[in-house]
Amino acid sequence: MKCAVCRGPAVIDLRRHNANFCADHFLRFCRDQVARAIDNHAMIEPGDRVLVAVSGGKDSLALWDVLLELGYDAEGMTIGLGIGDYSAASTEAAVAFADQRGLTLQRVDLREDYDYDIPTASAVTNRVPCSSCGLSKRHLIDKAALDGGYDVVATGHNLDDEAAVLFGNVLHWHTEYLGRQQPTLAERIGRPGSGGERRVFPRKVKPLVRLAERETAAYCVLRGIDYIVEECPMAEGNRHLRYKEALNAVEAASPGAKQAFYFGFLDRAASRFASDADGADGELRACGRCGAPTTGDVCAFCRLLDRVAGHDPVPVELVRPRRGGARRRKSRTKARS
Amino acid sequence: MRVLLRNPRRELEVDGPLSVGKLLRQLDLNRESVLVVRGDTLVPGDAVLADDDEIEIRPVISGGADPMGPP
Repeated sequence: MKCAVCRGPAVIDLRRHNANFCADHFLRFCRDQVARAIDNHAMIEPGDRVLVAVSGGKDSLALWDVLLELGYDAEGMTIGLGIGDYSAASTEAAVAFADQRGLTLQRVDLREDYDYDIPTASAVTNRVPCSSCGLSKRHLIDKAALDGGYDVVATGHNLDDEAAVLFGNVLHWHTEYLGRQQPTLAERIGRPGSGGERRVFPRKVKPLVRLAERETAAYCVLRGIDYIVEECPMAEGNRHLRYKEALNAVEAASPGAKQAFYFGFLDRAASRFASDADGADGELRACGRCGAPTTGDVCAFCRLLDRVAGHDPVPVELVRPRRGGARRRKSRTKARS
Repeated sequence: MRVLLRNPRRELEVDGPLSVGKLLRQLDLNRESVLVVRGDTLVPGDAVLADDDEIEIRPVISGGADPMGPP
């Protein structure tokens, strides 16, 4: 197998591109794909300060590395989720990446800073862990970006992530989500509370949408980036993973199917759902507790804190899902006095 | 050859020589979902693995909460 560019020995075959690459030309291919996504979807302007949401996994570390290689001013932020050994190892990978390169990495720890963690939140609210996890990440990353004066938040969503989300949204016809499933979400300016106009949500971008996750993992291996290979124990068997498996089965039989599905949606269908997304956005006001933008009196993050902060920690083992996505059992929890 | 599998972590002994493609089919693995790693580099699908090789078959699928979802 030979590299499509230099005819040297190839290390990876990309069937969706009908091409093989040596290590050097594969790394160049990845950078070119990210640069093209940034350009096509107006993600990052020259001089922008970028905050990268870093989990310690392959996608976020590959993203941070590529953005730096492309010359962007990119700093990182990582959140300690309190998911046992998995979170400890994830944070360790993120910190090691930053330390080895002398990069700025902001750190927030849910247990230390907000007196809860994801297993406890899942047990107390009796909802899937990804629900409180996503809510916490969105709130804290937005807050860090706005407080720190970053122009844009970059996340490591790849082609497989976006195709799986699209698949789920189509299966259930979540038209308001289809209307906002874009690689770039524009910042929102609002006038919450008594102050003047201000930025209430930062611009959010997904520069890896042109790379499959097999490619971001390969990028990390070839760049010598140590990332956490283990899967989140609380995501095991969730719907998102099942959609990915289904799409990969299609991809194996029909290379290029995932990119045709996702980019076909962006080119020919997404705009048809834009009005559904607009209708889902209510008028924003300032949260009475933290000042974050919300459509109610208190934002969803503060309502979560009201329910879960101060509870005795619930071990991961009590709330991690069985295969198939079902939770083990409802855990008994009590508030600490 | 010694084959390291992840999630969950376990090791297998498989007789070589054997191509990567055949090994993945033998283990019933989708090539879209894994990488084959030998040392610090990747092994492409048509490469032949020797009987004394040590390789890792690394899963690439990850999933979880979406930090970009609706506010």
